[in-house]
Amino acid sequence: MAGPALIPAGDFRTSYAADTTIFPTTTSRNFAIAGVALLCLAPQFFSGYWLSILIQIGIFSIAALGLNILVGFTGQISIGHAAFFLLGAFTSAYISNNAPIPVFFAIPLAGIITALVGLIFGIPAARLKGLYLVIATLAAQYILLDFFSRAEWFSGGSVPASANPFSIFGYTLRGDKQYFYVVLAYVLASYILVTNLMRTRDGRALVAIRDHYLSAEIMGINLTKYRTLSFALAAFFAGIAGALYAHYQQVVSQEGFGIERSILFLAMIIIGGTGSIMGTLMGTAFVVLLPESMEWISLQLKGGVIDHALSLNTNITFLREIAIGLIIIAFLMFEPDGLVHRWRQIKAYWKLYPFSH
Amino acid sequence: MATSLEVRGVSLRFGGVRALTDVSFAIREGELFSIIGPNGAGKTSIVNCISGRYKPTEGQLFYQGRDITGLTPNARATLGIGRTFQNLALFHHMSVLDNIMVGRHHLLKNNFLTGSLYWLTGARKEELEHRRKVEEIIDFLDLQSVRKATAGTLSYGLRKRVELARAMALEPRLILLDEPMAGMNFEEKEDMARYIVDLNEEFGMTVVMIEHDMGVVMDISHRVMVLDFGKKIAEGDPATVLADPHVKRAYLGEEDEVLVDPDDAAPAQESAA
Repeated sequence: MAGPALIPAGDFRTSYAADTTIFPTTTSRNFAIAGVALLCLAPQFFSGYWLSILIQIGIFSIAALGLNILVGFTGQISIGHAAFFLLGAFTSAYISNNAPIPVFFAIPLAGIITALVGLIFGIPAARLKGLYLVIATLAAQYILLDFFSRAEWFSGGSVPASANPFSIFGYTLRGDKQYFYVVLAYVLASYILVTNLMRTRDGRALVAIRDHYLSAEIMGINLTKYRTLSFALAAFFAGIAGALYAHYQQVVSQEGFGIERSILFLAMIIIGGTGSIMGTLMGTAFVVLLPESMEWISLQLKGGVIDHALSLNTNITFLREIAIGLIIIAFLMFEPDGLVHRWRQIKAYWKLYPFSH
Repeated sequence: MATSLEVRGVSLRFGGVRALTDVSFAIREGELFSIIGPNGAGKTSIVNCISGRYKPTEGQLFYQGRDITGLTPNARATLGIGRTFQNLALFHHMSVLDNIMVGRHHLLKNNFLTGSLYWLTGARKEELEHRRKVEEIIDFLDLQSVRKATAGTLSYGLRKRVELARAMALEPRLILLDEPMAGMNFEEKEDMARYIVDLNEEFGMTVVMIEHDMGVVMDISHRVMVLDFGKKIAEGDPATVLADPHVKRAYLGEEDEVLVDPDDAAPAQESAA
């Protein structure tokens, strides 16, 4: 039996405080700290390519975390998340270009502004459910994208907007090696904040709405307020992630942030595990690494037997897209609880080995 | 005794269906009040009107002298009206502990900002304080062994008890129990009846209970109201209500002699005309 009740023998909690820790055991906490420490060393060991992959995983995992609050924890749905990501990117670039505000402050500011815009789109969305909500968030995606292509003062219109490199008090961070630490700090902060949120009053209210909104209301939870709040929170993290992405790339373009990116964000949380904080990170890593590994496989296939037999030629790159689609379908069918569920089962297996229960 | 809840001329219609017609009654503070009636009589409808899920088409509701007719369900919960549901309505993917903690929503102060900063804002301290209160409820309802279990995995009887625990966590002055014993075996019913009496006597809550088990209703209620086809047909202490001819008719149908022999009934009709 794999579940939260699986606690190693002899681990007795003698206070309520010991029963409310983030990590179930001290061992798991030490492993997490060691993992972060190892990540801090990553720039020393990884080449530019792998470092950029890590940075991308970090940035997208923040956006996916926001989406998981909305979809996984509150039970709403959004296919407009990429638009909020882009809004954060443009806002942060705009602020740091046009106001004497260092990028250090522009990023959280962009998050807050994106959250406010999310709030506006969240108010009608709080009254909608299911398919209707999908359409409403689709509208948000198109309205925002249309705004970006028309508002030249804000986003540069068809020309990509430039963004300043990350700077604080006159000191400018340059290159991936330094930016990696900025992203790492934001990832840690976001994940800790959301973990805390989910174990306190308002986080529980969101989950209650997901599980049974009628009885949540009877328990004194204001449905409209919390559904709107969850939209704002999702937009906030999308905005933060977008801002981080803008100052990483130092150029912001609409290219690649259409609805397919919104769906990719959904794929991240579905593959990782909806309603799971660690699952979000796993899912993001999976979705970012998948195209890279498919790229590698298709390169290996190139000129090989299969390539000739099927006469794939240049179409070989499309294998990547097909594989991503197939994997999402496979996850929905065989592991709807996501990677995190698989991970728990593996842990339970080792804990109980050689007995199955 | 002060009035806890007053229902004044409440009618509820869904299109052409009259779920409730001009129902009025008052519940006293500290009372254990039962609502009985055949299936479809409108018992759950009246409870839904009190808890705010339905807005009455006509009539008003007063809670502790205050008009609550227009209030949302969550505002009523904040005023101290708690309830359980006839069909289980737990948060299935949450642990029993979290389910009960949700009940304390309106008593907790932290919001999403202070909650996220857990250690810095006193959110942790508040959580622990309320955890203590929740443990008292767990103790009272004997839920210790399942406090970490996911609510959706529990047996029916336990879920009913968790639901009661969640409603209690609200610290309501008035608690509405919609068929708390439906589908339970004899022992579970005995336990539940004991809990309800304790809620009323020890915790001082005013209890409104819908129940089909007449034995329990007659044993523990102070007063009983009978609904039939959305109308109130009787109200009073259990013994009086049970003896009421209207109640007998609602539950058992017409008197035998009226129905069985049409020849006997025919002269009666003639004489009436």
